[in-house]
Amino acid sequence: MEFFRIKTNIDFIGKKNYAFAFSGILILITIISLIMHKGPRYGVDFAGGISVRVKFSQPVTAAEIKSGIQTLNLPNCTVQEFIEKGQHEFQIQSSTENLDIENIQASLSQALSKKFGEGRFEVRKVETVGAKVGKDLQKKGLWAVIISWGMILIYVGFRFKHFSFGVGGIAALVHDVLVTVGAFSLTNREIDLTIVAALLTIVGFSINDTIVIYDRVRENRRKTPSALLPEIINQSINETLSRTIITTGTLLLAVIALLLFGGGVIHNFAFAMLVGCISGTYSTLYVASPVVIFWEEKIRGKKKRRY
Amino acid sequence: MVRNLFWRFIIVLLSTLAGIFYLVPSITDNIPSWWHEKIDKIHLGLDLQGGMHLITEVQTDKAIENTLNQYVQTLEEVLDEEKIPFIEITLRKEQTIAVELLDKSTNEKFEEVMKKNFPALTSLQPETGESFYRPIFALDKNEIRTVKDSTVKQALETIRNRIDQFGVTEPNIQRQGEDRILIQLPGLNDPARAKRLLKQTAMLEFKLVNDEDNLQNALEGRVPPDSEILYEENVDKETGIVTGRHPLLLKKRTLLTGDMLVDAQPQIDSAQFNRPYVSIKFNAKGAKIFKTVTTNNVGKRLAIVLDNVVRSAPVIREPIGGGRAQIEGSFTLEEAKDLAIVLRAGSLPAPIKILEERTVGPSLGRDSIDQGIRATVVGSLLVLLFMFIYYKLSGLIANIALALNMVLIFAVLAAFEAALTLPGIAGIVLTLGMAVDANVLIFERIREELRAGKTTWAAVDAGYAKAFSAIFDSNLTTVLVAAILFQFGTGPVKGFAVTLCVGIMASFFTAIFVTRVVFDYFVLVKKVKSVSI
Repeated sequence: MEFFRIKTNIDFIGKKNYAFAFSGILILITIISLIMHKGPRYGVDFAGGISVRVKFSQPVTAAEIKSGIQTLNLPNCTVQEFIEKGQHEFQIQSSTENLDIENIQASLSQALSKKFGEGRFEVRKVETVGAKVGKDLQKKGLWAVIISWGMILIYVGFRFKHFSFGVGGIAALVHDVLVTVGAFSLTNREIDLTIVAALLTIVGFSINDTIVIYDRVRENRRKTPSALLPEIINQSINETLSRTIITTGTLLLAVIALLLFGGGVIHNFAFAMLVGCISGTYSTLYVASPVVIFWEEKIRGKKKRRY
Repeated sequence: MVRNLFWRFIIVLLSTLAGIFYLVPSITDNIPSWWHEKIDKIHLGLDLQGGMHLITEVQTDKAIENTLNQYVQTLEEVLDEEKIPFIEITLRKEQTIAVELLDKSTNEKFEEVMKKNFPALTSLQPETGESFYRPIFALDKNEIRTVKDSTVKQALETIRNRIDQFGVTEPNIQRQGEDRILIQLPGLNDPARAKRLLKQTAMLEFKLVNDEDNLQNALEGRVPPDSEILYEENVDKETGIVTGRHPLLLKKRTLLTGDMLVDAQPQIDSAQFNRPYVSIKFNAKGAKIFKTVTTNNVGKRLAIVLDNVVRSAPVIREPIGGGRAQIEGSFTLEEAKDLAIVLRAGSLPAPIKILEERTVGPSLGRDSIDQGIRATVVGSLLVLLFMFIYYKLSGLIANIALALNMVLIFAVLAAFEAALTLPGIAGIVLTLGMAVDANVLIFERIREELRAGKTTWAAVDAGYAKAFSAIFDSNLTTVLVAAILFQFGTGPVKGFAVTLCVGIMASFFTAIFVTRVVFDYFVLVKKVKSVSI
């Protein structure tokens, strides 16, 4: 079976201006969403606070729970039901500010006991993170992403001996991370450490894609040194198109398995991977390559000369 | 080429066997005991096993304060001995000691005495005035560092001791950075009790009750210089709230401390409604002091103070020579047991504060494992199916490599005793998707070469050769990213980084080396005319 029996000759590069516009809009939406929500929605990992996962033995509503713990006066308190409906599992969350994180658990259990009766619920998971630790982790997470960009810039530049390739790669990566964060902001999902792990995985995946095309460009340049850069890139993309689509496809298969069956924590992670995966493929075709061309032509003035 | 093929096949066979060897103990218990002894089951992270993860901070500033307090006391004694009169010595908030000398003429002698006896104190700018001269001292920077460091070390030891006695299998207690301690207790049933056990400073002191001076006067503010007021508390069992406190006037001087104990055991007093108490035994030095104190103070009360709260203050009826005593109070048996544990393990040199806690109940752990397994199975099936349909027999070869990849990942985890976490399982599922990429690159290249008219063998050879550089680069960048994640991540995220890294590296072996062996076998040995791809 073969999807791409006929040699494709789609003019990807020709459409690059539309692509720039489209990407621009996506990033704009991301920025607007972030501004409107006052930044990304941080989980307890980064914001500090307490997050408790409680399972009830009878049907309850989030509103009932919220009223039960009203007296505790928890700042920024949210109660959310878990995706697997019918299990009566909820996540109660609150950010630190006035919280005595060492004793809050006991008070929470007590309040729930009072409202719903003892033994009617099970605390399955507790996470309390002090504000200081939260800020530490925020910094670490940010550094991790930035350092990954940096290392890849160096590596790609070194392997492909053209700075423009590195710049193109980084542009694609920054684009992917921004779009994923934007998707989270739009759908009001939480960003915690596992999501940072997803972001870095997306970085790894996206650069893989980009490298495959760069590798082909390098090979084709050797074969046809007189061709102009945009043509070589177009040709390379077309030649590797089948591989690109299939690889993204298989990764998506894995991600869908995670999305549907992974449960709770993994669900958000899989969502990030889904967005990042698609964005990664798109950015390889329509961000990395156009940026390389832009860099070589406008910045290094090699438009008319052979590349 | 064929000779070479044989050895390559042996390598594949050996690695497969090694992988299975490391993997089997995790799957079944039906194996001879020596196997079990050599190789453990795969370690599960806390999010899969259930348990408690704490990051605590040792309040080293308190330790510095205690050290300075001791310096103040010693300084008073030394100045007395050297006959240098002083008005008072105060410990200031900025962690400095101010000495107000009575007579300026003693300055020189004072400075000599300070240099000789207190090399760790550096003198700062003294406060001078018409009528006073107040030298100020602070702890030398190196001394501060040393005190802080040894405080954390001691806290680490004490915590280890307490957890040892608490009875948790495979606890993980580590120092993190300058003043933080990581505590991981897998399979913990009662996290609240564990936290109480860990946080309690457990400083035990024996002080005499001062029944000569008037308690009422002291409460109004006129506390005699050698005494202090501490409280005995009544605690409501249910809520843990203090319901009543009554003050006692105690002599400041600590006669005996908790580190003079050699044993502490929870006991039940059958004569008194089976009330639990803690019986303690002093070491030789402590026993001697205890005998002296009880001999000289028959009829007076001896207060047993725990963490600056008076637990009880029984009357000394007769001299006690055996070095044994009892701590009574309204304990439950569990409280008595826990108190005995902390007394045996020693007191914390400084209070610890909990910065971060992540606790997962065992039921959630089990559910997470189930979900993880389901996701992995479904993911694997989808990918395997696709490869087979799209690449036919070659896809099958890639699938075999994928299967070996999985075996190797688990085997490496088991061999290195790395923990498998829920994100780690996600990492394995992702590895499936990414590992396949290498084979896709090779197969697409082979198809291209075949289309260009190359012979079977040449096409296969070219496919592998030309795809190699792309595979290498992309795998390397993924490993780089995983390494960064490992460095910056905590617990479960580290688990993800590990499985991703191991998975990609294993895939490098399985997708290229192993599949090539199979291809070569069919093309060179079996001399197939065309590849099913």
